[in-house]
Amino acid sequence: MLSADRPALEAVGLERAYGHVRAVSGVHLSLGAGEVLVVLGPNGAGKTTLLRLLAGLIKPSAGEVRIAGQKLRASEPESRRPIGFLSHHSLLYDDLTILENLTFAARLYGLARPEHKAHEALAGFGLADRLRDLPRDLSRGLEQRVAIARALIHDPAVLLLDEPFTGLDTGSAQLLRTLLRERCLGGRAVVLVTHHPDEAWDLATRVGVLRAGQWALLEPRGASLEQFVSRYQELARG
Amino acid sequence: MNVDPIRAQILIRRGWRITLAALLALAVVVTLAQRFTPTEVRQGLAQKIFYIHAPSAWCAFLAVGLTGLASILYLWLGDQHFDRFAATSAEVGTIFCAVVLTTGPIWGKPIWGTWWTWDARLSLTLFLFFLLLGYQVLRSAIRVPTERARLSAVVGIMAMVLVPFIHLSVYLFRGLHPTPIVLKPSAPSLDPEMLRTLLISFAAFTLLYVGLVTLAYGIRLAQEAEEQGHA
Amino acid sequence: MVESLRLALAIAAKDLRAELRSRTSFLSAAMFAALLLVVFNFARDPTAVATIDLAPGILWVTVAFAAVVAMNRGFAVERENHAFDGLLLAPVSREVLFLGKYLANLTFVLLVEVIALPLFVLFFNVDLSQALPGLVATLLLATAGLVSVGTLFSAIVVRTRFAELMLPVLLLPFMVPPLVFAVQITMRLLTGRALSEVAGGLRLLVLYDVAFITVSLLLFSAVVDE
Repeated sequence: MLSADRPALEAVGLERAYGHVRAVSGVHLSLGAGEVLVVLGPNGAGKTTLLRLLAGLIKPSAGEVRIAGQKLRASEPESRRPIGFLSHHSLLYDDLTILENLTFAARLYGLARPEHKAHEALAGFGLADRLRDLPRDLSRGLEQRVAIARALIHDPAVLLLDEPFTGLDTGSAQLLRTLLRERCLGGRAVVLVTHHPDEAWDLATRVGVLRAGQWALLEPRGASLEQFVSRYQELARG
Repeated sequence: MNVDPIRAQILIRRGWRITLAALLALAVVVTLAQRFTPTEVRQGLAQKIFYIHAPSAWCAFLAVGLTGLASILYLWLGDQHFDRFAATSAEVGTIFCAVVLTTGPIWGKPIWGTWWTWDARLSLTLFLFFLLLGYQVLRSAIRVPTERARLSAVVGIMAMVLVPFIHLSVYLFRGLHPTPIVLKPSAPSLDPEMLRTLLISFAAFTLLYVGLVTLAYGIRLAQEAEEQGHA
Repeated sequence: MVESLRLALAIAAKDLRAELRSRTSFLSAAMFAALLLVVFNFARDPTAVATIDLAPGILWVTVAFAAVVAMNRGFAVERENHAFDGLLLAPVSREVLFLGKYLANLTFVLLVEVIALPLFVLFFNVDLSQALPGLVATLLLATAGLVSVGTLFSAIVVRTRFAELMLPVLLLPFMVPPLVFAVQITMRLLTGRALSEVAGGLRLLVLYDVAFITVSLLLFSAVVDE
């Protein structure tokens, strides 16, 4: 379905200004299927803005985002199809059951037999016995599983994660890491924004550090977390 | 995008000059209206306020129309100048509306016997006032400049589309109510001296609009330049 | 084209299902309408002014205010858990999104009117035997226009600080023309005039609807796309 010779996810000269402030400026990116880019940076560095630009939730002031060579455009709904997005917000409706939530998502993506698909997706994440539950009745960890199921229901080629570990205790974070590694990331182009280098280190194939809207660092992931952390702390200070 | 503080000052000075010229012209109009224009036979002195009211209502109209047009241009071309102009035009329009809505009753009470009449022009001005106020209230409630510009542009365009419908409603409404015993100022018959005063008044008010917008735009630009300097 | 309609209906259905579960907004709006009608009744002196002179105005003011209360929920529900991002991420056009929200709001406000109308008849002792078809047509047409502006504006105000206050402030001037036209029509219908006599007013309502449904639809993407 996706052309093999084009990068799965590309950003070319991406810029986003808010009045005089440049939240993101001159960002380039090229990611292939199976690559996982972990993006770090201090508060206000532009990480969330970058992710939302990649998701098509914000329009760039300049530059473009391409998915398998196709330009992402707000006016072209189909260009958004290959994107999956996971936030620390669940994107779920509290007054609908989790089955209804996923069925609705399946419908939005034009999937055949939406209710069946929703059932399958939830069962796949161990939620088959809680289909009639409302999101607010679930623990944070379970709610996040539903959110993941929702993000992946249409089998996206690109997966974007916005600080998924926020608000999770160590145990849940570990569970999430395992879940992501085993079930979610394979074969997709993934960008994961996070605050702490150690949270997603094992998952990364590449690391990037954003500072004042620009790459301060963008390279394949090295072997040593400690070395990276000291470099990262320097960058964050300087 | 860099804001030029020098240009701001030039605009402010120019704005002052045009405004003063306009105020001068207005003084001429008032004198003409008082002394040198014949009084209308049926309505008497009350009719003279028409020379002030009709043109100010026209300026309020102009302000809404230009805000709407600037809003369209902003959404289409993305240039911040249009947003600034739209906001400025709305501010000036609000002032014109407020002037009409306060001078009307103040002038009118001793002459007409009532504070308010639902005369078509006054009603229309009242609605324009609410529209322009709403536009500015919305602007004040949004912090992010790009979002503020975008959302108020949408409201500006909607307001412009609404105006003809308000016009229809006002005239429809007036059709239901018989003219009150005490007459309201209306368009005089085309006595050449009355027409002359009216036309000069229109010109003076339009000039006033241009002057105030230039001045206010310059002030806004200067404020932005200062903020940028501090950033 | 069919697919777009189906998507819009799915979005509307989702809204209605969510609302049916919680019922808060619907009950508030319906109760608000009922209370307004009661208050209006006590705020008048039936011996001084004939009911028939006041009734159309009272009906339409009630409809207008209840509609604003009803539409406040529209985008608020999308704010929890940032659910609106889910809609914006999907391969669905902004116009279809608007249509879905519009249909949900329309259904909603019409349901409130279905409750308000019998109460109106009851409290004000109005004879609707002749007027009913015309009145229903007027309600449909006026509501169609009001809801389009309301849907667009509620998408705007949801991002501001005092959304519940901001919506009526922005919306009320836009409600005046359909209210004026509708009151005119209702007045004629209640005094036993034929449907043909209100054709002009109905045409004005249609004009308003066409203008504002179109413009709201076109401007929606400017509101939701950052």
